[in-house]
Amino acid sequence: MYDTSDIRKGVKITMDGNPYVVVDFQFVKPGKGQAFTRTKLRNMITGNVVDRTFKTGEKLEKADLEERQMQYLYLEGEHYVFMDTSTYEQVRLNHAQMADNKHYLQDGMLVDVLLFEGNPIGVTPPIFVELKVTSTEPGFKGDTSGGTTKPATLETGLLVQVPLFVNEGETLRIDTRTASYVERVKK
Amino acid sequence: MGGPTYGRVIAVQDGDALVWTETGTVRVACAGALPPVGAWVSAADGRFEVLSAPLGAFPQPDGDWQWMREEGARRARALELRARVVRAVREHLDARGFLEVETPLAVPSPGLDLHLDAVQVDARRWLVTSPEYQMKRLVAAGFPRVYQICRCFRANEAGTLHEPEFTMLEWYRAFAGSAEVMRDTEELVADVVRRATGGTALPSPRAHVDVAPPWERLTVREAFDRYAGASADELSRDEERFFQTLVESVEPHLGRSKPTFLIGYPASMASLARLDPSDPTIADRFEAYVDGIEVCNGFGELVDAREQRARLEADQRKRRDAAKPVYPIDERFLAALEEGMPPSGGNALGLDRLVMLATGATAIADVVAIPAARS
Repeated sequence: MYDTSDIRKGVKITMDGNPYVVVDFQFVKPGKGQAFTRTKLRNMITGNVVDRTFKTGEKLEKADLEERQMQYLYLEGEHYVFMDTSTYEQVRLNHAQMADNKHYLQDGMLVDVLLFEGNPIGVTPPIFVELKVTSTEPGFKGDTSGGTTKPATLETGLLVQVPLFVNEGETLRIDTRTASYVERVKK
Repeated sequence: MGGPTYGRVIAVQDGDALVWTETGTVRVACAGALPPVGAWVSAADGRFEVLSAPLGAFPQPDGDWQWMREEGARRARALELRARVVRAVREHLDARGFLEVETPLAVPSPGLDLHLDAVQVDARRWLVTSPEYQMKRLVAAGFPRVYQICRCFRANEAGTLHEPEFTMLEWYRAFAGSAEVMRDTEELVADVVRRATGGTALPSPRAHVDVAPPWERLTVREAFDRYAGASADELSRDEERFFQTLVESVEPHLGRSKPTFLIGYPASMASLARLDPSDPTIADRFEAYVDGIEVCNGFGELVDAREQRARLEADQRKRRDAAKPVYPIDERFLAALEEGMPPSGGNALGLDRLVMLATGATAIADVVAIPAARS
């Protein structure tokens, strides 16, 4: 259990059966009156941010969260299947739970699966992944637009802005935290 | 040639030393031996005299140097403006016939408000949560206009708008009620902000607020109705819900284009205020809000000794019921009321918050020289 004095950015709590992470908080107290902690909480499943005010001393339930490294196996219908390679336990996440992270998955990739009360709610891919360009305009000659980047579609469907010299068939290193191009990789 | 340069060596590069001085960082060519990084030096003609050298690494990971300099000019400017604000407050009140006083900070009763926790000094004394009792005794003793700038201490209050040790400006005016003190307040704040910043529009990020008088007057009833769609009278029967609604739904809207005086508090929340002479269901009490931030709490003071004793005893019972420390009743304060205190108004204004407004700071820690977290 936490109480309100433990509230900090990044603290994770369970409320109404959902895991929330504190994204902002403020101690508030009218000069003559009771003290509260005003918080902004992000629902770790839906991503929605809610405002919630707690009375000082109020107890908050610590979120039961666990991160486990698992290997991506395959897509089965609507579900992405991952396996804990030490216990062979398998978990499944749907498209919504994968959100944009589905664009980084490659067969056999190791990711961190986030479990809330034992159930998978999301994954964290490696910070850098390497993906092949499946389509992009050829590097423009005499580019006059003033732009120094162009869009490119990668093998997983991810669309990123890349420098003009990038060509189809090349492999790129992508930063998954910002979904952005880092550099070309020689294969 | 001027005299030597005094300062601190913050780096050495290519035979030069980078020296931090009061007026800026300067590069000094070094003719002799290089001084150690972190040393306080005097430099003249390329020769350095080490006045004081650091014992360990410089800067230390959690050292004061790095902390105070990391925001550089911003922090220095905030402290300069703070000094200017304090000077302006004194000039403003001195010119209006208020006498500056200093009263004891270690006192036999720190106040009995249910929601204030005091810091104990010894078996019989606590640090003031406000110098209210002592200042009212001065008014009763025949000082009709007094003010004080002092440290107040409230245990367990820490946050972006709260320091457990903060600076209060309190003043009292005899032969007046809260209407006169509200006028004192808007004139004081406008004058101080003008002297500190050159105008009455607040600096960014509160540039949408102009503190020129007159400020808005809004009753608690109207405010709850307008911003929370709730009845303040009904909610005031459940203090917890009243305050939760106040902080969640009402306060954030107050003082958005000009400051707001919240007035007409329910009689049950009178604290040390008298009841409104024309409506005993409300207290002669006000708070001022600027951009959602409460900056002061003022009263038409309760001067009836019997009623005051009854309220203090009720406060003691509430503290006992809540299993909080029960502080003594200040008998000298009550004796002063029994001897007779003229009808008076008073106000307690958070000076650090006033400095926040004048500097555009968003956290109280940015306008104090050393916040409690680094005490």
